[in-house]
Formats: sequence, C-alpha cells, structure tokens
Amino acid sequence: MSEIKSQEYWRWPEYRHTVPDKDWHNAKIITAGVDVGSVGSKAAVLLDGELYAYSAMRTGGISEATAVKVVNWALEETGLQPDNLHYVVGTGYGRVNVPFAKRTITEIACHARGAHYIYGPTVRTVLDIGGQDCKAIRCDEKGKVLSFLMNDKCAAGTGRGLEVFADLISVPIQDLGKVSLSVDEEPPPVSNTCVIFAKAESLALLRRGWPKERVAAAYHAAMANRIVDLLMRVGVEKDFVITGGVAKNAGIIGRVEKLLDIKALKPNIDPILAGALGAGLFAKALYEKQIGLR
Amino acid sequence: MITAGIDVGAKFVKVVILKDGGVLERAKALVGFDVLKSTIDPFETTLKKTGLSRNDIEKIVATGMGREAVHGKPPINAEEVVSVVVADAKGAFHLIPTVKTVIDVGAEEGRGVKVGPNGIVKDFVINERCAAGAGTFVEAMARALEVKVEDMGPLALKSTQVIPMNAQCCVFAESEVVTLIHSKVSKEDISRAIHDAIASRISSMVLRVGVERDVVLIGGVALNPGFLPPLKKELNTDVIVPECPEYVGAVGAAMIASESKE
Repeated sequence: MSEIKSQEYWRWPEYRHTVPDKDWHNAKIITAGVDVGSVGSKAAVLLDGELYAYSAMRTGGISEATAVKVVNWALEETGLQPDNLHYVVGTGYGRVNVPFAKRTITEIACHARGAHYIYGPTVRTVLDIGGQDCKAIRCDEKGKVLSFLMNDKCAAGTGRGLEVFADLISVPIQDLGKVSLSVDEEPPPVSNTCVIFAKAESLALLRRGWPKERVAAAYHAAMANRIVDLLMRVGVEKDFVITGGVAKNAGIIGRVEKLLDIKALKPNIDPILAGALGAGLFAKALYEKQIGLR
Repeated sequence: MITAGIDVGAKFVKVVILKDGGVLERAKALVGFDVLKSTIDPFETTLKKTGLSRNDIEKIVATGMGREAVHGKPPINAEEVVSVVVADAKGAFHLIPTVKTVIDVGAEEGRGVKVGPNGIVKDFVINERCAAGAGTFVEAMARALEVKVEDMGPLALKSTQVIPMNAQCCVFAESEVVTLIHSKVSKEDISRAIHDAIASRISSMVLRVGVERDVVLIGGVALNPGFLPPLKKELNTDVIVPECPEYVGAVGAAMIASESKE
C-alpha cells in the first residue's frame, strides 16, 4: 500500500531510440539539436538532415548536466562519440546552458522548423504545448516563423498543470488523456483558470462523489478551452499540428480539435522531438555555411 | 444595539459581534467541506462568550465568497449579504476613519478598494483568477520550503540578500523555490524573495485604482510581518495594519447591519 502511495504519477517515462537500418559511417554531416526544456530535455541526432537517434529525459536541477546527459544517451548504442558531431545547436528554455552547442536558436524557430520536418511543408499553424509554456506559431511552407503567441507566465494550459492533476487523481500522466475520454457525457469544464484553484475545485468534485474520469474530463476541457483561446488570438490556418509533450495526450488533442473544428495532422515521428529536430536541422544548415557548402 | 457580521472566506470564517460600534467578541474557524457547519461553531463560541442568544442579535449581515451558505439558513439566519469589497470599505473606515485605500489580501483573492465618505466604495479592483496574488501563494511556497506558513514572515525579515524570483505562477514558483534550495540559497533569502514577489503583484494590482493615504492593509496576509516591508516599499507609502486585520470584513458587515437598523 505504501508503495502505491509513494508512486509519482506525474513522472513520465524517459526513453531513447535509434532509427534502424541507418549507418552513420555513410553520413557526410552529423549534427545534433538539444532542446533543454523547463521540464523535459530532448536530443536529436541527424545524419545529413535525417533523424537517426534521439532521447528524452526529465530536466534535472542543473540544466548543463542534463544537456550533456541527454546527448550522451541519444548517442548510446550508436557507437558515435560527441566529438563525431559536426555541429550542435541548443534550444529551449535552458539553451544557454548547452556546453558543446556552437549556437543557440529560440525554441519558436526550432519548433516551426521541426514541425515542418515531421509533418511536411503544408503546416501553417503549430501548437506547441510544453512543460511550462504553450505556444501558437504561424509559419510558411519553408517552416519559417511568421508570427507567434505564447503563454509562459501561468501553468494553466501547460504540461506542468497536467502533472499536478495526475498526482491529484493518482493516474499516471501518460494515461490521463485516455481516462478523460472515458466518460459517456462531457461534464462542464472546471471553472477556475489557475492550476492551484482548479486543483482545489477538482478535489471538491472528487469529494462530491464524481468519478476520476469525470473530473479528468472537466479538467481537460478547461485546459483545452484555454489553449484554444491562445490559438484563436494568433489565428488558425490549415494544416494544423501539435508538438511538445502534451501532444501525446489524446484528451487535450481531441478537445482542441473539436473546439477548433479542425483535425490536427497525425505524426509518424515523436512530436516531443520537434524542437530538438529543428535545432538539428539548423545545425546542418549552419555547418554547411561554415564549410562553404552554402 | 447588538449586531453580528460573518465573513465566510475561502479558508477561514470570521465572526464578529458588535455592540454600539464596539467589538464585543470575535472568533474564527477553518472552512471545512460543509460551510454552514464550519460557521456555526465560531458563531456559537461568540454567543457563549458574550452570554447572548441568537434572538439578542438584531441583525446579522454575511459577506465573503461563501456568504450564501449562511444567508437565511438556520440556525444563523443571516438577514442580508453584502459583497466583500463593500464590507472591507465599511470595516476599515469604522476602525480607521482616515482610510482612503484598503488593501485586502485573503487566502484566494486580493482586493484594492478606494474608500469614499462614510466608508462607501468609490472604486475597486480584484484578483480572483490567480493564486500568485493571494495568501495561497505564501502557503504553497511554505510547503516547498518545508517551513510552517506562520514562520515565513519572521524568516523573511532575517534575510540579508535580495534574490529575484522569475516565476509569477504559483506552480512555476514552487519549482523555482526548489531550484533555489538546490543552489544553496538560504531559506531566509528565499522567503524574502517570495514576499517581495507577492507584494509586487498586489501593489501593481492596487495601483490600477490608485493609492491614496491613509492606506490600510487587512485580510489574513496582513498578519504576516514579512509582507508589510516590501508592500510599503512597492507602494512608496506607509501602510497601517489595524488590530485583528483578518476580522475587518466581518466588522464591516456588522456595521452595515447596525446602520440599516438605525
């Protein structure tokens, strides 16, 4: 029982992956993008601008140490050493703390560029929901940013808000979205915006006897409303895509799509990597410029 | 004439019994799940201490976000309800007649009230959307610091260094406090940074209606000695804290009860 109690429901699983059937020995340019987010850090290793290996882990107390760790972990099992990387670009909240990065680029630019890579040139609106912020980005057919809006002041509508909620209702964060969709009828959204107050409101609903699923639905609905408010202010043009860790939450995605009446494109690459991928692609372009290829 | 004011707040319910404008008795209690039940307890305490019965009280006015829970509900049967802002202005004016601006920082709301002649409300501003501008912020930070909330203020007063806090949001600030602890910043300095942050938020809200002296600080957060120095600094003016500042809204409600009977 005590074991169940001490479970950290907010803690999402960390992972790494190597794309099979690719050999770095044949690559001309090997680059990496490191996205040190406020909650999660991601690294993407690219061979000639194609995703090869990646990793995602929680950002620790010292972001420099996490930046090194996440790159080394992405390289693990590939035989690559950090010295083999021709160019590294850092991005994200902690981008200034990536020790071996030659350049830093804002996460806005990197997310647009990464979304362009993941979803193709038809992407015009990128919604990135990260750990401590939420961004709505408009971009052109080359993945260049045209305009954006972000909320980084308030936890409502961010991954951190979901973590707090996962702990409250004792559901692992990766299952939250699914749980929130398992209601027959959508309840009215939680009325408070502030995560602290919304948490208290959710607790009151649980005490009133609402099942977890229903409270989760009310909480997700409120969060989706807030995210859509931000999106509407920047304007939504098709194709619409969602990146960042919260892109894995079907409860948020489904409700945002419903409110907008637009379906988001389905990714075939992990959307949490968009920022790191974008950084890795910028790294390739910068390296080509450096050696006179461009 | 004997009247009572009941302020049903987000966290505490406060009861005051007034006799001819003077406080006879006061009591408070935490608000539990059943709001009416949480109110009966401190109400009966005040009756017991004064030897009065419900019938001896000519009128009860309730205020606070939970005021409807006691409005016309036995055994309290509050005859009337008024908004917090109205009660705040009246209560502060009754205790400190020179008041022009009331700052009320409660558990979940922060309010700024411009007070006119006879304690009427001229203008007001409220934050009810964000925990960062209310007492809840200090509570959440006390949890992150692993310090009792009542120790936060005294701790802040011992600080020797100004540390800026970047996060505004309560949730983000919790993570920032943890980071500060890891980087070996003292609890005293972190506590001060927390109070500086909430003072800056409250003052920027109050400045929207304008600050005119005398400025009176009320509400539960007024009991926190760490909050007053940064607030005075931000507003660049002296700030008066009345005795039992958390009861001022209830006093105002009781005053409104007696004035309506006159």
